[in-house]
Amino acid sequence: MSDHLSTYEPKGAFAKWMDARLPVMRMMHGQFVDFPTPRNLNYMWTFGGILTLMLGVQILSGLVLSMHYQPSDAEAFNSIELIRRDVNYGWLLRNIHAVGASMFFFAVYLHMARGLYYGSYKAPREILWILGVIIFLLMMAAGFMGYALVWGQMSFWGVTVITNLFSAIPLVGSSITKWLWGGFAVSGVTLNRFFSLHFLLPFVIVGVVALHIWALHVVGQNNPTGLEIKTKSDSVPMLPYAVMKDFFAMAVFMVIYAWFIFFVPNYLGDADNFIEANPLSTPPHIVPEWYFLPFYAILRSIPSKLGGVLMMFGSIALLAFLPWLDTSNVRSAKYRPMFKWFLWAFFFSVIALGYLGGKPAEGSYVLWSRVFTTYYFAFFLLIMPIVGLIETPRRLPNSIMDAVLGGGGPMASGVAPAAAEKR
Amino acid sequence: MASEVKTNAPHSTTGGTAASAMHGDPTRRDFITTAALAWAGVGGAIALWPFIQQMNPDASTQALSSTEVDLAPIKEGQAITVLWRGKPVFIRNRTKDEIEKAKDTPLAQLPDKASENEANPGASASDQNRTKPGHENWMVLVGICTHLGCIPKGQGLSDQRGEYGGWFCPCHGSTYDTAGRIRKGPAPRNLDVPPYEFVSATKIKIG
Ligand code: HEM
Ligand code: FES
Repeated sequence: MSDHLSTYEPKGAFAKWMDARLPVMRMMHGQFVDFPTPRNLNYMWTFGGILTLMLGVQILSGLVLSMHYQPSDAEAFNSIELIRRDVNYGWLLRNIHAVGASMFFFAVYLHMARGLYYGSYKAPREILWILGVIIFLLMMAAGFMGYALVWGQMSFWGVTVITNLFSAIPLVGSSITKWLWGGFAVSGVTLNRFFSLHFLLPFVIVGVVALHIWALHVVGQNNPTGLEIKTKSDSVPMLPYAVMKDFFAMAVFMVIYAWFIFFVPNYLGDADNFIEANPLSTPPHIVPEWYFLPFYAILRSIPSKLGGVLMMFGSIALLAFLPWLDTSNVRSAKYRPMFKWFLWAFFFSVIALGYLGGKPAEGSYVLWSRVFTTYYFAFFLLIMPIVGLIETPRRLPNSIMDAVLGGGGPMASGVAPAAAEKR
Repeated sequence: MASEVKTNAPHSTTGGTAASAMHGDPTRRDFITTAALAWAGVGGAIALWPFIQQMNPDASTQALSSTEVDLAPIKEGQAITVLWRGKPVFIRNRTKDEIEKAKDTPLAQLPDKASENEANPGASASDQNRTKPGHENWMVLVGICTHLGCIPKGQGLSDQRGEYGGWFCPCHGSTYDTAGRIRKGPAPRNLDVPPYEFVSATKIKIG
């Protein structure tokens, strides 16, 4: 896609002068104005734009919060109360940031599910996909450290439990935890370094997002048929078609976001986090933020400490290997009658694990966590490789254009001027 | 590139002919490049060290490493929790019954058979190896669950203590006996016994 011919014409003397020195307008025009996008994209393709917007929102709201926040053991909790009560519009900025983290994760999960359903991880999009997995990991780190900053009971004990995961590593485990904490237990020292890192990570994410979009614009977007753009009629220019659709989706997303901010800002939070951190008393029931629950359920479903930690990290690391675990050469699950149902069962398992992760680890909750954890791993390690080999895919349309018009070849070729695009 | 350098360099007299360079044998220039890069790598790694090391516990944290506790006010059956190096330490004045129970437990029933007591390295997890001679009623433990670091319940008189009468961790259900040994649940190890000594009959120094 990067070799498509841009129609950029610098208008006016300044634009020409600039174009000969730093052709940034030419690049933007080529990548975001007349960039060819498949004409059949559905709304699941709008989450990339939404995620970019949310990253901006988190950075801006985080920046202003950090002007009032105090990353110390004694002051952290109070400074957030101060933000909520005394700082001008602090309540709003704080809600934007706290709810924003949830909305960000909500969007990223849909974005990833889209990739799984339509096979967007397959060649030639492996690097694009792996960059996505890296962004996901960085987001998890940013979200985890951000939650620590509130320095409530759930922040403190969440940090304690999660940093203690590293103590499961044989031999060096306890040195690593001491190094992470900067002490012999989680303390204000830990909080201070988490603040530095929480400030930094989003900017690292910006960098990886830039690579992610670059990789996207080299290989081009996937689409619901999973077919490549073959002729010019398979695509439309990004502006106005894709951009307008993105803006509309963003607006709807913002309405939901605003509803949370103004009406139920604490709905996704935990009551225990309104109690200041107390290193001498553990709340009876420790749960992470909702977006970590499926992974927390995997951790708790394994009866061994090291085993649980390995499975939890493994469940995320596995994503990076999907391009090679899936043996089918058909991308979109739309044309994969068997795989499709296994995939829906996988989505169901992840949601079920999310539910179970929020329940106490006892009795049938543990049993079901084990069942769904088993399916989670079996889906990637057994079903993906095997189904790809045994299933007979449905007949693919000849082109994106054919799929849109629903007809056979002849009609579509009558409509399309068929100016074959060289790739 | 390498072969071009080689043929143009008049001072490269030893180390093979231009022909051998063309066959991909390493030239002197290759050797120097590799050696320089390796040396720069070593320098880089050394420069990184302070940046990593600064995150370890600082001198002031290390210095806070001992605490004295007066045991006189703790009646039989009672327990207190003190902070040592930012960690809770459980001190329990055990009843006769609790001591008996701990002593009567066969070692074979323990998931972790090590004393987990720096004062008795390598010793077994018998009750005797986890207490001080002559002070068997005093159980002194780091009050951090060896699973993922929650603080077990059992210090308060009305707390849930689990079926072994010691401590019970609410986070994932680890159950410890009256000698702080893990009996049930996901925790891999017995509660640690911190380094401590009796400085008088009713006073201990932890750390
Ligand atoms: C990837 C983007 C980001 C994510 C996912 C994120 C996530 C979070 C989360 C989950 C919290 C706790 C929310 C709560 O319950 O109150 C938080 C708090 C905070 N974040 Fe971020 N954050 C991001 C970017 C930033 C940036 C760029 C900054 C600074 C420039 C920042 C500064 C803060 C501060 C000062 C707090 C504490 C105040 C508060 O909790 O309201 N964040 N963040
Ligand atoms: S932290 Fe105590 S059982 Fe998990």
